[in-house]
Amino acid sequence: MRDHYDVLVIGAGPAGLAAAQTAASHGARVGLLDAQPRPGGQVWRHDVQHPLPRDARNAVDDLHGVDWLARHSVVATESSSLRVETPQGSRLLSYGALVIATGARELLLPFPGWTLPGVTGAGGLQALAKQGWPVAGRRVVIAGSGPLLLAAADTLRKHGAQVVGIYEQANAGNVRSFAAQLRHWPARAWQAAGLRLRLAGIPYRFGSFVRKAHGDDCVQRVDIDTPHGVQTVACDLLAVGYGLVPNTELAALLGCALDHSDIHPRVQVDALLRTSVANVYAAGESCGIAGLAVARIEGALAGHRAAGHVDAARALLAPRDRERRFGALLARHFALDSRLHKLADDLTLVCRCEDVRMGELTGFTDARAAKLATRCGMGACQGRICGTALAELGRFPRSGSRPPIFPARLATLAGLSPLSSDDAQRGS
Amino acid sequence: MSARIRLTVNGHPVEVPAGASVAVAVAHVTLRFRRSVSDTPRAPLCGMGVCFECRVQVDGVAHVRACMTPASEGMQVVTDA
Ligand SMILES: Cc1cc2nc3c(=O)[nH]c(=O)nc-3n(C[C@H](O)[C@H](O)[C@H](O)COP(=O)(O)OP(=O)(O)OC[C@H]3O[C@@H](n4cnc5c(N)ncnc54)[C@H](O)[C@@H]3O)c2cc1C
Ligand code: FES
Repeated sequence: MRDHYDVLVIGAGPAGLAAAQTAASHGARVGLLDAQPRPGGQVWRHDVQHPLPRDARNAVDDLHGVDWLARHSVVATESSSLRVETPQGSRLLSYGALVIATGARELLLPFPGWTLPGVTGAGGLQALAKQGWPVAGRRVVIAGSGPLLLAAADTLRKHGAQVVGIYEQANAGNVRSFAAQLRHWPARAWQAAGLRLRLAGIPYRFGSFVRKAHGDDCVQRVDIDTPHGVQTVACDLLAVGYGLVPNTELAALLGCALDHSDIHPRVQVDALLRTSVANVYAAGESCGIAGLAVARIEGALAGHRAAGHVDAARALLAPRDRERRFGALLARHFALDSRLHKLADDLTLVCRCEDVRMGELTGFTDARAAKLATRCGMGACQGRICGTALAELGRFPRSGSRPPIFPARLATLAGLSPLSSDDAQRGS
Repeated sequence: MSARIRLTVNGHPVEVPAGASVAVAVAHVTLRFRRSVSDTPRAPLCGMGVCFECRVQVDGVAHVRACMTPASEGMQVVTDA
């Protein structure tokens, strides 16, 4: 089956939703696809217990004139079309213009004990709680870096978790100066004040990070390095995330140039969000981490642009630039402490898919050679976790991914549709 | 929101709210989602489809990411840990 869209949007987070709605408002035939079952992306993820805030609900529900393609994963690209996998089989979607709005994932760093069940990302546990994960009454330690720790704490507390403490690696001076700068973004200052109020009573410690997680079958306690020495805290769940990194795999597969000026690449775009490939635009956190407001503005900008309305796109440049500055502020104040680079010892598993230990990587200076010799990065996640961590730790940059960008069924790869049940085995 | 979905995990009946993921259903029974190549138990890490630590078998199909799959009535989920 082949379907054509004037504008096809990949990723239904705030950026992709805005892009799709904006392009549709110009009369374009628009498709919006996401690997997730519901639109919303990370911040507006559907919550089984609590309804979304009203403006989020409006954005998520307002899909008039847009073909919503749920549980569609892009696995490969062909000329002006994408090979997608759905629960029913595979499809080929062609497009006039494409908007990449693939967002970001958490940066997860290895430390002794991080493979124990019960250890998750910070946004990771937040996402699981929204899916209905049983957190009520559980003691949760939240650690890592950035404002996402507070957002995660807020969600977890709403779901009945007992948040034992929030441990931020950035030092107190940096966090204080970040908070002071928020006055330039009144909406954010307001949000932060609300969060602080709701989280009152939960210890929020700075210059502190998880050194080690202990437990038999699952995590039971953690050692936390604080400015006053190592503290051991008992818990049922440990949620650790060190900020976000852009999802650039799809853009790379399409041949879009990436900006490598930071450790973690982002999609390179011009002022009006055009990538290096004709008719392909990118918006939101895939172009760099800067939060919800940027995602919404850039989504609209890309939607105008992809539908051929350049002036309307240009009108959004000033607010976009302003919000992008928030990203720089985040990066500066929550820069990672170099002690985090040394948390993993030789025995710590780095590649969780293939169980490769840190010590096995000694002597390798590039990802491809390490992969061939040790299988590091060869598993199902295709190096999204270990490759990104190793880049952050200064070992070596992540090697480029090849199609399929997610493990796909054999039938999808053969371009066959629909799926017969004995093809339902996946290569990894 | 009040609707409940019934499914089984390793043969145990489980009830979850409509809209919950398979990962949630599994968590009601066990935190051992899969066994790694060197035989250690694993459970969800990223919650968003990236890490593949939550893979389970759903209605006979292996290697399904539990965090990306909505639970549905009568589903049979099997973990390998
Ligand atoms: C786990 C997590 C939790 C977060 N929680 C918060 C929060 O509570 N508050 C807050 O302000 N910010 C939060 N953030 C930050 C958040 O990333 C931004 O605020 C905002 O969601 C960015 O919007 P976006 O549209 O750029 O990307 P996202 O919201 O990340 O949306 C990207 C979408 O693209 C889809 N996608 C990616 N690749 C593919 C592919 N190949 N095929 C199909 N679909 C694909 C993803 O499934 C996702 O739905 C969170 C981030 C993460 C990673
Ligand atoms: S928990 Fe990471 S893919 Fe499901």
